[in-house]
Amino acid sequence: MVTSNEARAASKARLAGFGFTLPAVAWILVFFGAPLAVMVIYSLLPLTADGSPPHLSFKAYGDFFGQPAYVQAIWNSVVTTAIVVAISVFLAYPFAYVLAYKVPKRWQRFALACAILPFWTSYVVRSYAWLLVLAPTGAINWILINLHLIERPITLAYNPNATVLGFVHFFIMLNALTIYANLVQINPRYVLAAQDLGASAWRSFLAVTLPLSVPGIAVGAFLTVVLCIGDFITPQILGGNKELLLPQVIMMQIQRQLDLPMASVMSLVLTVIVAVVYLLVQKPMRSARL
Amino acid sequence: MKFSKSLLVGAALLALTPVAQAADTLNVLTWCDHEDPALLEPFEQANGVKINFKDIDSTAAILAVLGQSKPGDWDVLVLDQTDTGRLVGMKLLEPLEAKDFPFGDIPAEIADPKLSSVGGTLYTIPEKFGYNTVAYNKAAVDPKAMTDINAIWDPKFKGRVAMYDYYVPMIEYVAIALGKTPEALTEADLPAIKDKLIALKANSSMIGDVTTVQQALASGAADILVGGGEWVTAGIVADNPNLDYVIPAQGGVRWQQALAVFAESKQKDLAKKFVQYIVSPEAQGKLATSSCYWGMPANSKAVLTDAQKAILRWSDQPGYIKTSHPYLQMTPEFDKALQAMWAEVLQAK
Repeated sequence: MVTSNEARAASKARLAGFGFTLPAVAWILVFFGAPLAVMVIYSLLPLTADGSPPHLSFKAYGDFFGQPAYVQAIWNSVVTTAIVVAISVFLAYPFAYVLAYKVPKRWQRFALACAILPFWTSYVVRSYAWLLVLAPTGAINWILINLHLIERPITLAYNPNATVLGFVHFFIMLNALTIYANLVQINPRYVLAAQDLGASAWRSFLAVTLPLSVPGIAVGAFLTVVLCIGDFITPQILGGNKELLLPQVIMMQIQRQLDLPMASVMSLVLTVIVAVVYLLVQKPMRSARL
Repeated sequence: MKFSKSLLVGAALLALTPVAQAADTLNVLTWCDHEDPALLEPFEQANGVKINFKDIDSTAAILAVLGQSKPGDWDVLVLDQTDTGRLVGMKLLEPLEAKDFPFGDIPAEIADPKLSSVGGTLYTIPEKFGYNTVAYNKAAVDPKAMTDINAIWDPKFKGRVAMYDYYVPMIEYVAIALGKTPEALTEADLPAIKDKLIALKANSSMIGDVTTVQQALASGAADILVGGGEWVTAGIVADNPNLDYVIPAQGGVRWQQALAVFAESKQKDLAKKFVQYIVSPEAQGKLATSSCYWGMPANSKAVLTDAQKAILRWSDQPGYIKTSHPYLQMTPEFDKALQAMWAEVLQAK
């Protein structure tokens, strides 16, 4: 039987809990909820030809989904992001694994710091640096020409592959960090137990380590999706506008006509994609018990 | 259902623009070529004022800043002159008197009232112009070949062409190549222009903004820049004398920027004085050779050295002006149609 004192204490605890979460809730409402609401409102108020005040309508949505080049940008963004996630995770995992299990404990922090060091430079500078490497007059073409392997520069920059490369360079480290943080939390006795039961090193990795590191992979992959699908800088500098990603199409609406309703529609599409991805990965992000 | 545009724009853009309110300050929305101290200081000293400028790069940026500002916060603006009608339609610009400005020293085509006036009333004063045509590296490309507008589609230049990522001049330039008159373009012309642009894209290595294409031409990543002109080559010709530009025999596109006074300005006399100063011969020389980018001064009496005039192709200008077409005067619908078509070109495989 619950006494009135216990009920009061529980109620007080609930109130305290609400109080503690209030700053975070307020922060999200002000800096996410309110801008999102403004975007939704804006998307429903399309520009009028004569500059007269707009009326609520779905015209901007119709204009967006009725333009194949804009819809194509959604597909381009999704495919590019999927490729970046796959390559980044694939390359980051072995790096994180070696760091977590093969590098001596006392060197791990130093190795992590060295790995992160290049990322202290500006994101824009790093993209331009890649351009210097990949351009027709860049380092790779210079080496290939001087080794007489090619006669004329080959096209490495200004295409979607260069965009993927620029993204992967950045996100490989982000994924390595989240996977590493996950791997070092896995109790080593699980692997020992598997091997005691006769599992090979490869089998114990597949049956124990890999499943238990899924949350780290999922968190890294989700962060990659969030940052990659909304990025304008890398495709703009490295992609050579050979195909448009959604953030580039959004900028097109802003730069010439300040068409905020259309830009809002596209931004909401991006938000929906990120929300769907979150729903897909939220279970793996939480699944493992270490 | 009506909403306050300024409120929504302000919330969407987040950043607030600090505007100097002192009476001895003139607030100017300007492009980067008006920000050299050598250009601004003589006016500041002569009038005992400080120029508080905010860097903008398009008419859309002007509208975004105004959306975050109070009426009267800004006094003067620099604009792409083709947007005169759009801003007058929004009642943003103050009427001006032609007699207050040196129109006698401005070439007739540059002073064309179609660009500066609406309904017979003058609103914008031309100050600088140049070309979106073809810039190239003389060391890699025969200059004579570049005098034919169709050379950029030649397969021998495949992978050596860069395209400027601004749809208005690019569409106009391709229209000229197709033998069309840019001023007479309609939606019926767009399919042919789109096909021609896609063919040009197939021959090019990249499509980029100002910084990207200038870097491509300067670094040798591209030998030809379609849409380029003196604004790309003149400022860096001292470092790379092989960079040059030409208006092909068939013609080119002419950009033209202008100054205007905001209708809500509380210092209209001072604002007008600033516009008069910028179009004076001394200021025009400095504006033409700005550290940000070079361009032809509207005032033909601009103070320039012979070397500067040679870089700007001073003696060729009468012919260039005659064979070039100003930016399109468009309705918002046609502008959107052009932008959508440009997106289709960029998405084409």
